[in-house]
Amino acid sequence: MSNAGIYLRRRLVNVIALLFGGFATVLGLIFLVWILWVTISNGLSAIHPRLFTKITAYADQGGLANAIVGSLLMDMMALLICAPIGVLAGTYLAEYANRSKLGASIRFLNDILLSAPSIVMGLFVYVIIVLPMSNLTHGNISFSGFAGAVALALIGLPVIVRTTDEMLQLVPGTLREAALSLGVPQWKLTVQVLIRAASSGILTGVLLALARLAGETAPLLFTAFGNNFMTVHPLDKMASLPVAIYQYTNDPSPAMHSIAWAGALLITLFVLALSLLTRLLFSRKKVSYE
Amino acid sequence: MQVTSAVPLARDIDRRARADARHDRIFHRVLKFCALLVLATLLGAALSTLWGGREVLFGHGLHFLTSDSWNPVEDDYGALAPIFGTLVTSLIALVIAVPISFGVAIFLTEIAPTWMRGPVSAAIELLAGIPSIIYGMWGLFVFVPFMANIEPALSDTLGNLPLIGKLFQGPPLGLGLLTAGIVLAVMILPFISSVMREVFQTVPTRLKESSYALGSTTWEVLWDIVLPYTRSAVIGGIFLGLGRALGETMAVTFVLGNSYNITASLLMPGTSISSSIANEFNEAVGVHRSALIALGFLLFVVTFVVLLIARLMLHQLAKREGK
Amino acid sequence: MLTSRKYLIRSTRFAAIVAIAVASTFGVAAQATDITGAGSSFVYPVVSKWSAAYAEKTGNHVNYQSIGSGGGIAQIKAGTVDFGASDMPLDEATLSKFGLGQFPDVIGGIVPAFNVEGIAPGKMVLDGTTLADIYLGKVTKWNDPAIAKLNPSLTLPAATITVVHRSDGSGTTFNFSDYLAKVSPEWKTKVGEGTAVQWPVGVGGKGNEGVSAYVKQIKNSIGYVEYAFALQNHIGYALMKNAAGNVVEPTIANFQAAADTADWKNSKNFNLVMTNAPGAKAWPITATSWVIMYKQPKNLTNAKVTFDFFKWAYEHGQDQARSLDYVPLPPSLVEQIENYWKTEYKL
Repeated sequence: MSNAGIYLRRRLVNVIALLFGGFATVLGLIFLVWILWVTISNGLSAIHPRLFTKITAYADQGGLANAIVGSLLMDMMALLICAPIGVLAGTYLAEYANRSKLGASIRFLNDILLSAPSIVMGLFVYVIIVLPMSNLTHGNISFSGFAGAVALALIGLPVIVRTTDEMLQLVPGTLREAALSLGVPQWKLTVQVLIRAASSGILTGVLLALARLAGETAPLLFTAFGNNFMTVHPLDKMASLPVAIYQYTNDPSPAMHSIAWAGALLITLFVLALSLLTRLLFSRKKVSYE
Repeated sequence: MQVTSAVPLARDIDRRARADARHDRIFHRVLKFCALLVLATLLGAALSTLWGGREVLFGHGLHFLTSDSWNPVEDDYGALAPIFGTLVTSLIALVIAVPISFGVAIFLTEIAPTWMRGPVSAAIELLAGIPSIIYGMWGLFVFVPFMANIEPALSDTLGNLPLIGKLFQGPPLGLGLLTAGIVLAVMILPFISSVMREVFQTVPTRLKESSYALGSTTWEVLWDIVLPYTRSAVIGGIFLGLGRALGETMAVTFVLGNSYNITASLLMPGTSISSSIANEFNEAVGVHRSALIALGFLLFVVTFVVLLIARLMLHQLAKREGK
Repeated sequence: MLTSRKYLIRSTRFAAIVAIAVASTFGVAAQATDITGAGSSFVYPVVSKWSAAYAEKTGNHVNYQSIGSGGGIAQIKAGTVDFGASDMPLDEATLSKFGLGQFPDVIGGIVPAFNVEGIAPGKMVLDGTTLADIYLGKVTKWNDPAIAKLNPSLTLPAATITVVHRSDGSGTTFNFSDYLAKVSPEWKTKVGEGTAVQWPVGVGGKGNEGVSAYVKQIKNSIGYVEYAFALQNHIGYALMKNAAGNVVEPTIANFQAAADTADWKNSKNFNLVMTNAPGAKAWPITATSWVIMYKQPKNLTNAKVTFDFFKWAYEHGQDQARSLDYVPLPPSLVEQIENYWKTEYKL
């Protein structure tokens, strides 16, 4: 092939690839808009101040106040549990056990944990937390917001471990060597140099985990259980948006379906707001490691 | 050689070094503890499903693994159809989502003007924030009728092709394996693309610029420099997506058609491990419940095998490249 | 430094939350009684409506969550809830083994829903054997002689029937399959009855909304949904020929007729599925749901409030039940239940 031919072909491939990139993004955005539009148009009739002021006990005359509070509490508790553990475990994998057998097997098992059906994690927490609590307190405390948060944390954990691990491995070795040669102890190096260098990526992992656990229903049914009344007590049975949505979609009344769609919209907006907020707080110029 | 001088300064340094070493040890232990916690979680979850499903897993020999019958009335259970459905829908999802995610990541790191990157990537990530039950409802009320409209066209065109024709023949109900696979693809797209985008940004500019200086096109830089450099992390991102696809319940349940069939056609209804559990668990008692928990254990096994195969393939790839 | 400070803030916050949790556990307690129930999703709308009204009147909170009948049974056995609710009655052996008692709470109907072009809701008539044959895959066309014979005035299309059933385990499926087993020996031997069965044909939709969406979307399909669902979502339902040989409509009066004529007097522990009831006007697929409680409850106060709640619901919750298209229990049955409480429960 002539030089010009090769050149033309390379240009062509490049243009096609770049066009494909644009096309893929547009396709993703179309699906997003499509789903959001369906959610908004179905939930619109339920968007009403009482959505935030009244509790689920009043059904179609009520709102989602207790579910919103419950979801916020449990999601935050879950994140407080799984983010530190996940980041530390991911750091261990990347920095201490990168080439060891133990590291390899934990990494592998973590990948399996990623796909564990969420209902299984709910049952697991039911067995290790709800039942023992119930037996210890003679049934006074059984299902609880705390148990729900632990179940959610188990869903988020592997996502954070995996992303932290990957992001730290991408921090160039030169950074480590430079710090070590200055006599910095390894823990300082890890916390102050590496985790910081990879913080944007780690944050993405935490947000993905939050996005994933915020919409989960199955692990909550047998752990947080649900509550038609307001509670902020972590050891009480606690309402949540996904469980309320799940129950409302089963309801015959179309008015309840609207509330379910509105609840779904709230979860989506919550994840969006959190992701924008964190991006705003942590947006620093990207490190190029040079 | 250790300096054991009597100079106070040196003693200070020595003390500091020892303190540092102690802190390092503590830090190491804390990290290791957290990592072992991950290990314990998986083992705990897997063992609890193994225990809960023992009656069905060990009761009838290999019957559970080799039968495609699922009869709650007779308490006769076989996991073949759910396993089949899980693998097929996840495969469809990956085949669609991986190239699209790559496209999105290319767009966000190489093509889009800087002001556009933040909002667009946040928008794509928002796809991950939509609760799975909404994917299910959207699938049920909007996407299934949509697919019912385009499936006749699929059968008429792709359905006539020699080898893959069989995949696209069937009644245009709109629901089934293909629809479930597409919905899953949309769900896992943000997971894969945001990891890809994130890691593409970490490729040292030096590497890319050297390649550009040699006259590479953007595509060549991506394919020959960026992708090899970030391969492990990209595959990690794909595993994130695969993990979600294998275990996803609500979204799939609404559009899969939920019948215990093994068919060649992707347009036919099927079932998956997690949707079977989600469908039947609430009402199940006795052996039925045990069978569903056993399915949960099988999902761990299926994931294990899928990941193992993926690892082996990667290993082969790396060997061929002489690494 | 920034990072470690972040961690410090995080851990302080966590500590604060834990502290609040611990303090509030051992500090404030004792208010109005909170009781918890779990199980059947069929009764969820009406029990929650009752609980809201009951809470306003008495201050006691009845927190009922629909985790499914199977879940409800498991939780009452484990003692994590005060009462369970199931769409399927427990048998004598289970009841006596665990020391449980059960009684009905509310009645509802199940209707066959169809989507055939040109045939208006309420115009098609079906009987039990034909319905069973459709679900067995033996009657495959809408113009099958069996359907034509029941509907001499309709012009039925020669289209293939798409069968839609529930994919999730449900009390609706239990009552539907129980009815088919009562009227069709072939169904009884080949498929049987249960909250989930091995369907010979068809596609599965999740929940009432899944089945109704499929029936609406797929031409020439047939499904079955709860009466309340069909009514509030405008889904075409069929009329049924009942055990007495009359063609009946699904109406509250006909559901109540089924409950009235069902043989409750001779059923121990209310262990009776009232499909195919003998009454002249009885709707053949009428269902109830059972409340399950320990006969010697661990927590006496909660058990007393639970009984008070259901007593209140039987007496004052009837209008609310009707407004949600449920049928209140007939007075004769309520009387029998209250006697059962007195004789069976040690409070």
